[in-house]
Amino acid sequence: MNVKPSHSLSVQNVSAGYGDVAVLHDLDLVIPSGKITVIVGANACGKSTLLRAMSRLLAPAKGQVLLDGKAIHRTPPKELARTLGLLPQSPIAPEGITVADLVSRGRHPHQGLFSRWTREDDAAVEAALVATQTMDLAERPVDELSGGQRQRVWIAMALAQQTDILLLDEPTTFLDISHQVEVLDLLTDLNDQRGTTVVMVLHDLNLAARYADHLIAMADGRVHVTGAPDDVLTEQNVRQVFGLDNCIVTDPTSGRPMMLPIGRHRMTRDQHLKEDRA
Amino acid sequence: MTGTALASINPIKQGRRRRARRHGSVILTLLVLVLAFFVLALSLGQSFTPPGDVLRVLLGESVPGASFTVGQLRLPRALLSILAGLSFGMGGVAFQIMLRNPLASPDIIGISSGASAAAVFSIVLLSLSGPLVSVVAVFAGLGVALCVYGLSSRQGVAGTRLILVGIGVSAMLDSFVAYVLSQAPSWTLQEAMRWLTGSVNGAQLSQVLPLLVMLALCGGLLLSRAKDLEALRLGDDTAAALGVKVTETRIIVIMAAVGMIATATAVTGPIAFVAFLSGPIAARIVRNSGSLLIPSALVGATLVLAGDYVGQFLLPSRYPVGVVTGALGAPYLIYLIVRVNRSGGSL
Ligand SMILES: Nc1ncnc2c1ncn2[C@@H]1O[C@H](COP(=O)(O)OP(=O)(O)OP(=O)(O)O)[C@@H](O)[C@H]1O
Ligand SMILES: [Mg+2]
Repeated sequence: MNVKPSHSLSVQNVSAGYGDVAVLHDLDLVIPSGKITVIVGANACGKSTLLRAMSRLLAPAKGQVLLDGKAIHRTPPKELARTLGLLPQSPIAPEGITVADLVSRGRHPHQGLFSRWTREDDAAVEAALVATQTMDLAERPVDELSGGQRQRVWIAMALAQQTDILLLDEPTTFLDISHQVEVLDLLTDLNDQRGTTVVMVLHDLNLAARYADHLIAMADGRVHVTGAPDDVLTEQNVRQVFGLDNCIVTDPTSGRPMMLPIGRHRMTRDQHLKEDRA
Repeated sequence: MTGTALASINPIKQGRRRRARRHGSVILTLLVLVLAFFVLALSLGQSFTPPGDVLRVLLGESVPGASFTVGQLRLPRALLSILAGLSFGMGGVAFQIMLRNPLASPDIIGISSGASAAAVFSIVLLSLSGPLVSVVAVFAGLGVALCVYGLSSRQGVAGTRLILVGIGVSAMLDSFVAYVLSQAPSWTLQEAMRWLTGSVNGAQLSQVLPLLVMLALCGGLLLSRAKDLEALRLGDDTAAALGVKVTETRIIVIMAAVGMIATATAVTGPIAFVAFLSGPIAARIVRNSGSLLIPSALVGATLVLAGDYVGQFLLPSRYPVGVVTGALGAPYLIYLIVRVNRSGGSL
């Protein structure tokens, strides 16, 4: 096997937000190199904002993001984009653009003003289409695809960028369960084979615990807890981060923790109470 | 899987080649079209001048009966039409792509009106003339762009707000133009029409060079950003993630597009809807096969040339080009507002 790339990505004391509204407060994080890191947290807690700050899209008001010891806001954007890729939560596909064309856009950071399209560019696009099983869609317009197909095409674009670090904001939204697993498997393959450092936001805690080497649970713009899934996905943490009663069991298929939510209805315990009252 | 991988390198390459071919042939076709209208404008007006005579005039010979009509009247007019059209077409589409909205063209959001108002103001009230008017117009255009941008940006620029603010600013500036015109009673209706809807009447060869220089400068700048502009169509976040310097690109595009549009406006007035129409027309023809900058510029040139020709010779009475392009653009504007309202469409 070839030598796997190793990059250090860390967030140091970062506060960031939009205008006067602070969203992230004094965040400190180290992203383990060559591992899969999953960020979880309630809506609007600042997950996307964190990814944007980690990829130069949002300048931190305070602190800095370091890639290999260098502040990313001082790295030339194109150079950064060859090492670190980001798939935003809601990217925009130009009307009528074909899949192959869109995926080719991922090669932008590898191209100069006058440089021509090379064989490597073709190979990267092709590999991305194959990996995401979108080769058959290559000549279809993106706006005619289903939500799930479209999501895979966007992932293909991020793959075509061929970065050692890949940040993905909710890459599994719109996907049915089998495609969710497929995408996560694909990212794991990438991590296995190329040593790509993957950082992604997921809403499904059980898939997060299953696929993550490293979990980050965020609440209100702060890191609530971070570590191995076994240590992060606990009843107490879930209650604190999501305000949800729950029960953690061991996932028999992966040996990882699995969270079962407890609501107000359809609970056997609840049922007993009702029966008692009757 | 590896088998399909090997077999499938072709569709990608083929698709890319097909797009490149299409892009090339679109540009070529449009070039031919512009050239055809150019030849038509030079040779057939109130009277017909044989192509041979036209050519001789162009080569500097003096041809009795043709030198004046072709050399003094038709040639400056046609050249100015082309240059103004190129400027409006390219500057317009640059804005539309950058803001991802066909309504965000400089003639809708007040930049053309700003340049026009500045031109009228400096001619009527400051008695300026020539290149100085263009300079004032360029600065006014930039000023309006900044104003609209500032008024509409609240934590990032929202497209719709920018357009609404722009339409308001545009209306204000138009009424200012009308007011200044009313203060200049010695002006002819023709002259007033120029600053309200745009016209190439009374074109002179001396106006051609400044326009050409500005077009080359600003156009070159825009073309050097063509790839970044294309990336911006994927959204600011995706573009930034692909290594585009979003803010820098924005500033350069605004400066270059305003520069060329304001310069053209200072000469021909705000030729109605050419900046607005060219991009969407070009987009229909180009269909994502490549950058829209050059195709849209050529569509702009075609629109102005053809519009002026129609206005001069094919209507019962003579109209300035802006009246013709205005009549063309208004229905499309209505259609677009209805459509965007429904689906938030893009270019
Ligand atoms: N462009 C923006 N301008 C202003 N405020 C914003 C912007 N984007 C996000 N916010 C605000 O910042 C906060 C955090 O948003 P963020 O998108 O980071 O949340 P999130 O954790 O990704 O949520 P979700 O799970 O819903 O995607 C929210 O209160 C949101 O309203
Ligand atoms: Mg989010």
